[in-house]
Amino acid sequence: MGSKPRLTGYRRANGTMGIRNHVIILPLDDLSNAAAEAVAKIIPGTMALPHAFGRLQFGEDLDLTFRTLIGTGKNPNVAAVVVIGIEPKWTKKVAEGIAATGKPVAMFSIEGRGDLAVIAEAARVAAQFMQDASEINREPAEMGDLMMSIKCGESDTTSGLGSCPTTSEAVDRWVAAGGTVLFGETSELTGGEHLIADRCIDDACRNLFQTTYDNYIKVIESTGANLLGSQPTQGNIAGGLTTIEEKALGNIAKTGSVPVMGVLKPAQEPDPKKPGLYFMDSSSAAAECITLMAAAGAVIHLFPTGQGNVIGNPIEPVLKLTANPKTAASMSEHMDLDVSGLLRFEYSLKEAGDRMMEVINRTVNGRLCAAEVMGHREYTFTKLYISA
Amino acid sequence: MTSAPQFLLHHDGDSVAVAVQDLEPGTLKGASVKQGTWSTAVLNQAIPLGHKFALVDHAEGDPIIKYGIQVGVASAPIKTGEYIHTHNMRSYRWEASRA
Repeated sequence: MGSKPRLTGYRRANGTMGIRNHVIILPLDDLSNAAAEAVAKIIPGTMALPHAFGRLQFGEDLDLTFRTLIGTGKNPNVAAVVVIGIEPKWTKKVAEGIAATGKPVAMFSIEGRGDLAVIAEAARVAAQFMQDASEINREPAEMGDLMMSIKCGESDTTSGLGSCPTTSEAVDRWVAAGGTVLFGETSELTGGEHLIADRCIDDACRNLFQTTYDNYIKVIESTGANLLGSQPTQGNIAGGLTTIEEKALGNIAKTGSVPVMGVLKPAQEPDPKKPGLYFMDSSSAAAECITLMAAAGAVIHLFPTGQGNVIGNPIEPVLKLTANPKTAASMSEHMDLDVSGLLRFEYSLKEAGDRMMEVINRTVNGRLCAAEVMGHREYTFTKLYISA
Repeated sequence: MTSAPQFLLHHDGDSVAVAVQDLEPGTLKGASVKQGTWSTAVLNQAIPLGHKFALVDHAEGDPIIKYGIQVGVASAPIKTGEYIHTHNMRSYRWEASRA
């Protein structure tokens, strides 16, 4: 590896560190999307995060929506947040949850006032937040300061042969340097779940992992559905993957060789005192999964792809790598790293890992990743069950 | 180009290999990723990059091994050199998932 890379980031009031400096306009619910988007249009550089839910949810499903919204605002890549909701009570809950980090947060509610009055006031605050954020300087950062997440998509057989093992190299190096990494995709461990169970740090972690996995699979299997075309996807099949087990082993090939420190609920933050690799119970759908991981605090994401998934995230840069030479050529505008040379034995896995780390380091320091340049900002909530 | 493999298998002993180029039928050279062992194999039909073919004969019901682990079951007899995908291989975990 040679000398330690020079990394920089934005230190937040609570000590966490981000690599981006977003000012976000966060709607509490679908009804508040229009006002949030209007504010972001008036104040360039701020970013609205429209989404489809937040009304009449209840129980664990509502808790997950709150955790996702609050976690998004708390993410260290976010400098300041304007929360807009239809009514004040839930809006306040989210604003206060984010404000616990010490970052600037303002809240507005629409009922009894209308969009236009709220937009005018919220835009005035957003302008101030934007100007204040522009004066936050980058400071030296360590890998241990920066939480990484990993999830692959539109995988094919080249994923398990090249892009996922390259990601694995980065995961092991990140954790060895004191960093934390999140992986998930519960259903996509099927056929290799014993490999993850074996890597759990202790029996409590192993039992929680097994229960979490079993519960998710029970829901899928209880439908009795033919999953061919859904999991694996039609894209996976076109790329040569035939079964969930085959896909799972490629997926697991990106998780490094380090122990699994803990099992997280969707959008749950890992224990900051216990760095390392964590499993998060989550869908394998890219936008849902990365939204949950960013809400848990991840500031940079590695995304191996085979057939060419184009996913991005509004909060954390999503770095894409592929070992499929056809995808690397036909979708180059979406790719940050081409490791197809691994399939031609042009370089070693260690060297592919070096190339990965080099792109990661540049992206940490401000290089826009392909998904950021292409404007991919998929912000998608996970729904656990029907609303009331 | 002489050092570029035409197929890769993950582990020595896997029952299937992956085409890492678009392949025409014939005798091909490839290697295992885990152990780095070079070998030759026969392919009896053209398959695109990323798709699989059998390194050994499989009877219907035989396990299909990749990564040194079972990744499916033969849903029809499969001869050495034959293309393997959803038409002759299925999940052994999700019984309802069939082509």
